[in-house]
Amino acid sequence: MSTRMIIRRLGGGLLVLWLVSILTFLLVHLIPGDPAEVIAGENASQADVERIRTELGLDRPVLTQYVTWLSGVLRGDLGHSLFTGKSVVTSIAESAPPTLVITIMAIVLAVLVGVSAGTVAGLTQGSRVDRLVSTLATLGIAMPSFWLAMVLVSIFSLTNPWLPATGYADLGEGFGTWLSHVILPSTALGLATAAELARHTRGCVADVLTRPYVRTARARGASGAWLVRRHILRNAAIPVVTVLGLQAGRLLGGAIVIEAVFGISGLGTLAVNAVLQRNYPVIQGYVLLCAVVVVLLNLIVDLAYGWINPKVRTA
Amino acid sequence: MTLVTKRSSPNPSVPRSSPAGRIVRTVLRRPAGATAAGFLILLVVLALAGPLIYPHDPDAQNLGNRFAGLSWEYLLGTDEFGRDVASRIIQAARIALAAPLISVGVALLIGLPLGLWAGLRRGVVDAVAGRLADTVLSLPAMVGALAILAVLGPGLVNAMVAIGIIFAPGLFRVVRGATLAVAEETFVHSAVAIGSPTRRTLWVHILPNIAAPLLVQVTILMGVALLAEASLSFIGLGVQPPDASWGSMLKAAYVNQFDAPYSVVPPGIAMVLTVLSFNTIGDAIRDAVGLRRGR
Repeated sequence: MSTRMIIRRLGGGLLVLWLVSILTFLLVHLIPGDPAEVIAGENASQADVERIRTELGLDRPVLTQYVTWLSGVLRGDLGHSLFTGKSVVTSIAESAPPTLVITIMAIVLAVLVGVSAGTVAGLTQGSRVDRLVSTLATLGIAMPSFWLAMVLVSIFSLTNPWLPATGYADLGEGFGTWLSHVILPSTALGLATAAELARHTRGCVADVLTRPYVRTARARGASGAWLVRRHILRNAAIPVVTVLGLQAGRLLGGAIVIEAVFGISGLGTLAVNAVLQRNYPVIQGYVLLCAVVVVLLNLIVDLAYGWINPKVRTA
Repeated sequence: MTLVTKRSSPNPSVPRSSPAGRIVRTVLRRPAGATAAGFLILLVVLALAGPLIYPHDPDAQNLGNRFAGLSWEYLLGTDEFGRDVASRIIQAARIALAAPLISVGVALLIGLPLGLWAGLRRGVVDAVAGRLADTVLSLPAMVGALAILAVLGPGLVNAMVAIGIIFAPGLFRVVRGATLAVAEETFVHSAVAIGSPTRRTLWVHILPNIAAPLLVQVTILMGVALLAEASLSFIGLGVQPPDASWGSMLKAAYVNQFDAPYSVVPPGIAMVLTVLSFNTIGDAIRDAVGLRRGR
């Protein structure tokens, strides 16, 4: 991919982020009625309402508020929790590790399971294995992840006491302990993505198999493994990477529910509590963070195209 | 589905049928499509019949009979208050159908007119709506829904409206894309040339011709909306107790998992079958009208 193209994509991403910042900022102003009164709650004293009004700067003109807020955000200051006074950046930094770990593990699992199952199914179209993979994939897409999580807990924690049902452990507490806490949440979170990947990989592999260059390579006497690695997977990789890019954002959203099932205090739990308490600075910080992550992922996906497919580099 | 059946020809002996009738027949001819349609019709009947067919009062508590197993008396057992699970599943079918309808309705209300207009007339509407769609789509659906619920406050209707707003940009893109393609057809050019007003061109000439991709998208979104409702109800932002949705039933089952590990099964199965039916019908329509699968 040419430098000009990268710069253009970067510009597009920044524009989207700026628009997200406006929408995020406006969240507080979209509240019906007086935001300060709504945030303070029904039993709040007039002093509390005024305190929140000044704290959020709601007594100043909207444009001034936005400029002040945005310049703070750009300097890495997302404001403070309305209730505990804790800095939002600190809260996010504290809650991020478990969410990141289970999301990344979910992606790893999804790629391993989804791509290999999809490849096998695509190579053996119409076989029993193919039909099994397709059926499981269809089911996996229709299944709510948190239901799967509960079924897993019921099998692996309640019926057989093999894995812990709730909580999260740092890697510092030992690899075994860490893995035992991470494996069920990431499996539940990653299954739908694995199913989606399996479906797409199967379709792509089946499609590539019909191409003339595969027939030519076969005629030249290329071995099966070489064919799969060099011709089939490489060409099937592009749509798969696209799907993965789309799915990564979805996993971030899915983590919200999975954290609730396993009682993990990650970003999702932080956000849900913030919504229930109407703790707007925390919600704004969370939404901005998610947008940044998604925009970055899209950029990485674009760059990955060039790396996988030389044809795109010059385009 | 009612819309489709209404539009198919009233007289079956008419040899040339409408495209809608053809789609319905192609979908029903496949075993999977017919099964899915049958299941959804059953669900609608159960939801409508409701109080007439509950084996027990879904809200009647019987604390002496908590977590009862399966029996002829209680087909799916009882929950933590001794309420009949089978009756509650049927009661919750109403929300399972109404909730996705709200979301998809909101998404259509926003996405359809904007998409049609942007596709035919381009211009400022296209540029602004397109940018706005990019922006909303840069957020994961659940995160966007959370942000909107922070403004609206929790509750079933608010949750479904939030999901609808999040769906709107995707629907806008589908409608806009399909409209762009149809707008190049000769009959549209002719209609515009003889002075057909924009609104008429959109309703009479374009909408019927983009109905197929729209229908596919709407059917798939129904399933996604149901999953979203369940997720939001599970984390406490959707249906509020004592109302029953399959999502809130799962929440209750989760809380009581140590006492009755089995109780997570019935609402989960009901939900999987419903989502599966929406997806199957969406796929079948897509194949019937020869649209390509995937992005």
